[in-house]
Amino acid sequence: MQDRPSPSELIGAVAAFLKNVVAPETQGALSFNARVAANALEMMKRELDTAPAEDTAELARLKGLLGMDGSLFDLNVELSRRIEAGEIDLSTTGLKDHLWATTLAKLAVDQPTYGGYRAALAEREQHKD
Amino acid sequence: MADQDTPSPQAAAAKLAEGLDALARAKLGAEGVKNLRRMTAGATQELWRFDLIEDGAETAIALRRAPGGTRVSDTAVGPETEARLIQAAADKAVPVPPVRYVLAPDDGLGRGFLMGFVEGETLGGRIVRQDRFAETRTFLARQCGEVLAKIHTIDPNGFPNLRRQTPRQLIEQYHATYKASGWPRPVIDLAFRWLFERCPPDPAEMKLVHGDFRNGNLIFGEEGVRAVLDWEIAHVGDPMEDFGWICTGSWRFGQMDKPVGGFGEREDLWAGYEAAGGAPVSRDHALWWEVYGSMRWGVMCASMVMSFRSADPSVERGVIARRTSENEIDLLRLLAA
Repeated sequence: MQDRPSPSELIGAVAAFLKNVVAPETQGALSFNARVAANALEMMKRELDTAPAEDTAELARLKGLLGMDGSLFDLNVELSRRIEAGEIDLSTTGLKDHLWATTLAKLAVDQPTYGGYRAALAEREQHKD
Repeated sequence: MADQDTPSPQAAAAKLAEGLDALARAKLGAEGVKNLRRMTAGATQELWRFDLIEDGAETAIALRRAPGGTRVSDTAVGPETEARLIQAAADKAVPVPPVRYVLAPDDGLGRGFLMGFVEGETLGGRIVRQDRFAETRTFLARQCGEVLAKIHTIDPNGFPNLRRQTPRQLIEQYHATYKASGWPRPVIDLAFRWLFERCPPDPAEMKLVHGDFRNGNLIFGEEGVRAVLDWEIAHVGDPMEDFGWICTGSWRFGQMDKPVGGFGEREDLWAGYEAAGGAPVSRDHALWWEVYGSMRWGVMCASMVMSFRSADPSVERGVIARRTSENEIDLLRLLAA
C-alpha cells in the first residue's frame, strides 16, 4: 500500500501552485503555458477521482448492449464496428442512453466548463421536470 | 541532442531580428526594424510582430512563417500560396491584412510573408461576451455572410495547386484519418454513418472555400470584421462548408444558443450572403455541414495524439487532443437529442 497524500491530492496541489503562484508571477508564453499545465493536471485529478467508477459502469452497459464479455477497449472496438456496419443504431434499445452516459462522463473529466456540456446538462434537467 | 540542434528561443529571435533588419534595408527600402516579438506559439504557423522603420516613421508589421522557418504541414497550402490567396481576396474587397512581401529563398529567413499588422480583437470569448461588442454582435452574422460572398467569388482557377474535394471525398478523407487513429469512438462512428447516408451531391459549382472561417480567425473591431486570417487550409469545394464551420459548436465560445460564432443567427448569415450576391444558400444542407464541422474538429483533435507523441510533445498539444470529447457531445446534441 502506497502512502498518503494520494496522487489526486498531490496533483491538485501542483495544479494550484502553477495556477496561483507561477502563472501570476510570470508573463507571456510562460504564464500561458503554466495555466495550460495547471489545466492538464486538474483534468488528470478529475480522471483519477471519477474514472474507476465510470469505467465500471461503462463496461457493464457495454456487456448488456453487445451481449458479450471483454475488456473496456475491446467492447468499445466492437460497438464502433457495429455502428459503422449499421448493425446497431439509435433505434436500438440502450444505445442512445449508453452514448450519452459515456460522453457526459468524458466531458466531466476533459472539460466540465464546455458550453455544449453545460447546455446538455441543462437540457437533461429540463426533461426531468 | 535536441539542445545542440535547436537554438534557444532567444537566440532564434535575435537571429530573426538581424535577418529582418537586413531584409528591410535591402528589399523594402526601409531603415530597419525594431521591437520584434513572437505573437503566438502556434504549432502550425509562427506569427511575429515588429515595427518597420520607413522614412523615420514606424509601421507595425506581422510576419507569418512556417514553424522554425521551414516545416509546412501536408494539408497547409504553404505560405507563398497563402500570401497569393490573401492578395486575391483583397482584390475582391475581402477585408484582409495587406501583404507587404513574400520571403524568397535567398532572404535566408525560411518560408513566410510580411503583412501589415491589423489591430483589433481576435479572442473569440471576448467577441461573444464583452459589453463593448454588444452592438457589434447585432450585425456581425450578416456581415460575415457578406464577407463569405466575396470570398466565394475568388477564381479557383488561379490556384491550380489547391486540393479539390467534393463533400463525399472530404468525409472519406476524415474517415480514413479517424480509422488510422486506432482508437474506438462510437459517437464518431455514429456521426460518420449519418454523414455518409445524407451526403450532399457534388456541388453545382466548385468554389474557393476558405476552410477555417470562424470566430478566432477573424480580427474584429466595434465596427465589425477588420480582417480574415488563416488562409492556410483553403481549398476548392462546396461553399456550404464555410457556413457549417463558423456555426460549429466549438467556435461558439460557450454561447451555444448563438449558432454563428457564438454571436449571431444562421438566418442573418445567409441573408447577408445572398444580399451580397452569393448563390442561394442550401438550407437543406446547413445541418449536414454543422455535423461535418463537429466531426472534422473531433477527428482533428483526436489525431493530435499522434503529433503529441512525436513532433510536438507540448502540454498544450496534449490538452487539445483531449478536446475531442467536446465534439462528441456536440454531435450527440445534434444527432441524438
